[in-house]
Amino acid sequence: MSTMSNSLVESQVESLATAGLSQGDVSDFFALLKPRVMFLVVFTALVGMVVSPSNVHPIVAFVSLLMIAVGGGASGCLNMWWDADIDAVMTRTRKRPIPAGKIQPGEALAFGVTLSVGSVIILGLVSNWLAAGLLAFTIFFYVVVYSMWLKRTTQQNIVIGGAAGALPPIVAQAAVTGHVSLDSVVLFAIIFMWTPPHFWALALVKSGDYERAGIPMMPNVAGPDATRFQILAYTILLAPLGMAPVALGFGGLAYALIALIGGFGMLALAVQVYRLRQGEPAMRVAQQLFGFSILYLFLLFATLLVEHGFGFFRPVFG
Amino acid sequence: MADRKRHQSLTPEEQKRRRTRSLALALTLGVLVVLFYVVTIAKLGPGVLQRPM
Repeated sequence: MSTMSNSLVESQVESLATAGLSQGDVSDFFALLKPRVMFLVVFTALVGMVVSPSNVHPIVAFVSLLMIAVGGGASGCLNMWWDADIDAVMTRTRKRPIPAGKIQPGEALAFGVTLSVGSVIILGLVSNWLAAGLLAFTIFFYVVVYSMWLKRTTQQNIVIGGAAGALPPIVAQAAVTGHVSLDSVVLFAIIFMWTPPHFWALALVKSGDYERAGIPMMPNVAGPDATRFQILAYTILLAPLGMAPVALGFGGLAYALIALIGGFGMLALAVQVYRLRQGEPAMRVAQQLFGFSILYLFLLFATLLVEHGFGFFRPVFG
Repeated sequence: MADRKRHQSLTPEEQKRRRTRSLALALTLGVLVVLFYVVTIAKLGPGVLQRPM
């Protein structure tokens, strides 16, 4: 009897001891920051910096970029904390640290809030408070406006929420120049306009996933055909918008060529997505558009980076 | 006594994970210290060392 009660007490002590102990590995905490999204944030922010003439110290620019990356990661972490319930039912997200049981929701919340506050304060101290305010707004917009409000209530979720993902070039420009100019606003507009065709192409392929999770993505609410039309409409706006840096003079010859060819590529695929509506070919072309859209945005920004960061800028006019 | 009990209840895997988390946290704090120092020097320049006596 006494042995039985002893083992019962021991098991209770053990469960109490481990209940408050994190089970997550360092890699799980890193995964909470959505490293791939963070890479995109760093990449677009870096381009926002290099296209903006400034005489800021490289170390200040580097730390600013680091804080923008940490802020982006923090908003990804808070998004995972809020969306843990729907992540658990979607094949694409069910292995994330919270639904997989590796990290407790409370830990993710504390981690995300700490990084958010820390990144904003350090960015303010290192660069300026305009940039810090814009970073705080970006985190707020992604976590509160997109994740908590729009994502589960409207089919326009990723259209409006896309603004958060498009803001890093503006934050970065503010960090190195102290102001926001039309150049970074154009970069913002390109990412903003790119987001709907990119995500809706994925949503066409993964509509079952979103349906199960109860997220009102465009294909589930308005139907696949309406989504195809909207993909085409946004792409028609995106392709010429991609040429705007050339018109404003900060996109050089190489950029003009890439934007032109890439824009036609996006348009051709969007037309195919609009035309092919049944069976395997329809899914395949939607997947192709999703993949090509990533390449398109990457090439646009990489070309600007090479032109401005490595001295390859050749003006189109004059 | 209670602390000893807690330590005894951790599996080797849990201990390893806690150790790596602690190391990562220490590393992060170290990086922050270096970052603040370097940024201070970068923003203020060498003049930071020249103070009126």
